[in-house]
Amino acid sequence: MVELAVNLFDDAPRHELAVAALKAEARNLNFHYGGFHALKDISLPVYDHSITALIGPSGCGKSTFLRCFNRMHDLYPGNRYQGEIVLYPDNVDILAPSVDPIEVRMRISMVFQKPNPFPKSIFENVAYGLKVRGITRRDEVEAKVEEALRGAALWNEVKDRLHDLASNLSGGQQQRLCIARALAIDPELVLFDEPTSALDPIATASIEELMLELKERVAILIVTHNMQQAARVSDHTAFLYMGEVIEFNDTKKLFTMPDKKQTEDYITGRFG
Amino acid sequence: MLNPGRSRSRRLRERLIETLLFLAAASSVAITFAIVFILVKEALPLFREVPLASFLTDRQWTPLFDDAHFGIMTLIAGTATTTAVALAVAIPMGTVIAIYLSEFASFRLRETIKPILELLGAVPTVVFGYFALLVVTPLLQKLYPDLPGFNMLSAGLVMGVMIIPYVSSVSEDAMRAVPMHLREGSYAMGATRLQTAVRVVMPAAFSGLAAAYILGISRAVGETMIVAIAAGMQPNFTVNPLEPAATISAFIVQVCLGDLPHDSLGYKTIFAAGLTLMLFTLVFNILGYWLRKRFREIY
Repeated sequence: MVELAVNLFDDAPRHELAVAALKAEARNLNFHYGGFHALKDISLPVYDHSITALIGPSGCGKSTFLRCFNRMHDLYPGNRYQGEIVLYPDNVDILAPSVDPIEVRMRISMVFQKPNPFPKSIFENVAYGLKVRGITRRDEVEAKVEEALRGAALWNEVKDRLHDLASNLSGGQQQRLCIARALAIDPELVLFDEPTSALDPIATASIEELMLELKERVAILIVTHNMQQAARVSDHTAFLYMGEVIEFNDTKKLFTMPDKKQTEDYITGRFG
Repeated sequence: MLNPGRSRSRRLRERLIETLLFLAAASSVAITFAIVFILVKEALPLFREVPLASFLTDRQWTPLFDDAHFGIMTLIAGTATTTAVALAVAIPMGTVIAIYLSEFASFRLRETIKPILELLGAVPTVVFGYFALLVVTPLLQKLYPDLPGFNMLSAGLVMGVMIIPYVSSVSEDAMRAVPMHLREGSYAMGATRLQTAVRVVMPAAFSGLAAAYILGISRAVGETMIVAIAAGMQPNFTVNPLEPAATISAFIVQVCLGDLPHDSLGYKTIFAAGLTLMLFTLVFNILGYWLRKRFREIY
C-alpha cells in the first residue's frame, strides 16, 4: 500500500505538483532609492521548484525587485522598503526590520550579472559560504564543495585543479562557479540577475540547461533582458514596466496570448 | 588674411614655452642623477682604503677613532631595528584604520577623518623626535626602569605613529579600488562586513596593501630626525630595541654636524653611508611602485 503511494507520487507530472507550493510572495511592495519611487505596489508570487522570470525594459525595476529578496539594498544608505516579502513555509516577512539580512542571505542566494569569483582558489570560492557560516570540518566542506560543483555541472572540468585561482577559468566556467558557490549553502531560493548577459551563446545555453536542472531542488527567480531566454527556461513570467507589474502569467500564456496590450507590444518588439 | 610673420612668432613662442617646461621637468631628473653621481664619486675613494668585504662584514663602525672600523652592518642593524619597531606599529594600525575607513565608515565620517589623519604625516619630524625623547621614553621607563634614555624602542614606536597615515592612506585607496560586485558577492553569501573586508576585499587588494607596506618601510628606513634625537647616536651592533644605537641616517647627521676635514676618511664615510641608504630606499620604492602599478591593472 505504501509502495503504491510512493509510485503514484513519483509518476505524477512534476510541474503540476511544483506549481502548487508558494516559495515566496511579494505583497504590496514599494521601494524607494532616496527620493526615487522605483517599485510601485508590487505583488507577485514565486513558486517553489519552478523558474519565475522578470522581464521588462531597462530601468523598469526588475533588478531592484530581485535585490529586495536578499536585502541587497540594505548595503547602501537612503534605500527604503515598504510592504512585505513573505518567505514560505515559515511565513516570515523578510523585509521586516527585526529580520537580520544576513539570516535572509543564508537562505536565499544570488548569482550576479557579471561573474564575480573571489580572488581565491576554485575550492575556496565554493567553500566561502560554508566558512562564513562557521562550517570548517574538512571532510564536510569537501563533500559540500564537490556536491555544489557537480550541481553546477563544473566538477568534471575542475576536479583536478581545485586549488587553482578561480580567475583562470573561462567566463562561462566562472559563472557556473558562482552558481556552485550559491548552491553550496543549500539555498531555498536562488536569485539570478541577468546571469548570462556577459556570456557567449554556448555558455549561455549551458547555464540555461543548468537552471532547468536546479529547479528540481530550489525555487528560481531570474531577471533577464532576453525575452527568448525567459520563454525558454521559465514557468512563470512577470512583465514589469516603470516599477509596476503589468502582467504576471504562465510563461507560455504570456508569450502567446498576453492579457495586456502593453505586454503584447513589448514582447512583439513594438517598444522597449 | 593669413599672416606668416605672426604665425611664425607664435610658433617660436610655443617652442620657447615647451623648452622651459621641459627644462623644469628635466631638472629634477638631472638633480637625482647628480646626487647619485656625487655619492658614488665621493664614496669610491673610501673603498680604495677599506675593502668592500670588511665594509660589509666588520661588526664595528668607528670611522672617527684612531682604530677605525668601517662595518656598515652596525648601522644597518640599527636601521633595521628601528624600522622593524616602527612597522610593528604602523602596519597593524594602518591596516585596521584602512579597513575601517574603506569598509565601515560612512562617507561623511571618512571625509572628516582622512584629512585629520593625514595631518599626522605633516607634523615636523623634529617634533616627533622630541616627543619620543621627552614623553615616550619616560613613559616606557615607568614600565621598564632599566631602559636607557636613548633607545631604539621609543624612536621606533613614534616613527611608527608617524608612518601610519602613509600606510593607511595607500591601503585604503587599494581597498576602495576593489570593485563593488566582489563585495556584493560576499554579502550575498551571508558574510558580515568584517568577513567581507578580511576574506574578500583584503585578498583582492593584496598587491596594493603590499605596496603600502613597502612604502612605509621605505619611509622608516630613510627617517632621520626621530632616530637621531631619540635613539642615541652610538653605533652599536645590536638588534635589541631596548638599547641605544645609530642608524645610517643618524650617523650621517652626526658626522655632518661635526667638523671633519674635507678629505678625511671620516668625511668619505658619509657618502658611503648615504649611498647605502639610497640603495635601500631605491629598492623599496621600485618594489612599491611595481606593486602599485600591478594592482591598478587587476580589475
